[in-house]
Amino acid sequence: MDLWILLIQVLNGVQYGLLLFLVASGLTLIFGIMGIINLAHGSFYMLGAYLAYWLAASTGSLTLSVLLSLPIAAAVGYVIEALLVRTLYRRDHLDQVLLTYGLILIFNEAQRMLWGNDVHSVTIPPVLAWSLKLSDTLSYPVYRLFLSAVCGLLAIAMYFVITRTRFGMWVRAGAANRDMVAALGINVKLLFGVVFAVGAALAGLAGALSSPVSSVYPGMGDSVLIICFVVVVIGGVGSIKGAFLGALLIGLADTFGKVFMPNFASFVVYGVMAAVLLWKPRGLFA
Amino acid sequence: MGELPPFLEAHGIHTYYGSSHVLHGIDFRVGQGETVALMGRNGMGKSTLIKSLLGIVAPRQGQVSVDGQAVSGADTHAIIRRGIAYVPEGRGIFHNLSVREHLLMVRRSGAGKRREWNYERVLDTFPRLAERLETMGNHLSGGEQQMLSIGRALMTNPLLLILDEATEGLAPLIRREIWRVIRAIKDTGIATVIVDKNVRVLLDLADRHVILVKGEVVYDGGPGPLRDDPDILKRHIGL
Repeated sequence: MDLWILLIQVLNGVQYGLLLFLVASGLTLIFGIMGIINLAHGSFYMLGAYLAYWLAASTGSLTLSVLLSLPIAAAVGYVIEALLVRTLYRRDHLDQVLLTYGLILIFNEAQRMLWGNDVHSVTIPPVLAWSLKLSDTLSYPVYRLFLSAVCGLLAIAMYFVITRTRFGMWVRAGAANRDMVAALGINVKLLFGVVFAVGAALAGLAGALSSPVSSVYPGMGDSVLIICFVVVVIGGVGSIKGAFLGALLIGLADTFGKVFMPNFASFVVYGVMAAVLLWKPRGLFA
Repeated sequence: MGELPPFLEAHGIHTYYGSSHVLHGIDFRVGQGETVALMGRNGMGKSTLIKSLLGIVAPRQGQVSVDGQAVSGADTHAIIRRGIAYVPEGRGIFHNLSVREHLLMVRRSGAGKRREWNYERVLDTFPRLAERLETMGNHLSGGEQQMLSIGRALMTNPLLLILDEATEGLAPLIRREIWRVIRAIKDTGIATVIVDKNVRVLLDLADRHVILVKGEVVYDGGPGPLRDDPDILKRHIGL
């Protein structure tokens, strides 16, 4: 295989992986810290994408619409946590699954009522709408590189916040023993609300950023949700580091699976998950 | 100390675990700077009383006030923020945080901007912790975890320190070290509630003793009568 084609696939795989990480990091934190299985997490991804499409159409600027979709997704996440999820912390996972599955249905129906069932495309801002020439016949879109760079920077920022700041210490302590965190005088309800809102905002951002690449369509959150659960399970529930490596692994596996084994592409991702779990049943960093 | 209002006061606390009635109308108070020993056999409700005071377990009846303010029904973090630090049974160390992080995550000035305890002073008090700053909670020995739990509590500059079984399961040498620190803390004027099996040390250390039997207070008074009449302890604690 041509080296350039290999490089392009690696870049695609890394870009897809980093995008998955934005969604999966929130999912793993919410699951690991708050013990909540949030099936509606993919809906925030969809919300971000539709907001980007809708706001870009009305403001004329994708940059502005992406920046606006962030606080909106965070606010929706915070309200959902405060009104609904908060009542289920001490309840069974089944109750949480019922609630958050119900939320998926509501989100999907709201999407249909507001924006209809058509597939929409979002144009790349002119500054980023060009390609890098690799060889005579091959080139690589700059927007994808930009996407990887933004996601990579966010991953670094997240790593810094989690490992170096007091907020990060509270989050990690909350994952280990939330009752003890409250007994140290830290407002765990507020902490959980903020984590949930940040998770929603990151998922929304992932949806908004990827809208020019993947287009915007009904049910787009659902497939992302399933892949992100695979990432969370591979990385180990609650581990940001695990989510990062898991997301890159799945991103590359999916991309190369589609190139080398197009007929088994969807199987490759689950094959990787099975292999990891056989090796480490609780995930890479549980 | 008698003229000052108590720092913590509880009246008629009834607590249930499901249908089992654990605390039967307990009255409990801690004066400013007072050292109170909470005694009783296992399962008599000592830890449950502490958890009821802090809102970790919700009492079904009764009032709690801290520093003159009613806190019944308040969230645990809000009650703690009134100037209480809690060293729980089992120590409550986070396996995934380093010693340094345990101390820094709760660093704050106490009531009235008191900053007597800071990072340096806690490490001076527990030199063992200073040698283990980057060690994760799950790689500490039991004694080190206990020191860390107490050090973490002091980082909040509390007015009241609650120690639940702080010397349990520790080697004699470490135990002596913990008692030395508890004495030093008492001497700084911080009020303490101590739950411990070591009655002889408590008789020497505490200003007042409260004995629980089956969720009721059977003794509330100074150490004098307990020393003069060993029968009281024998009957209620089995010593």
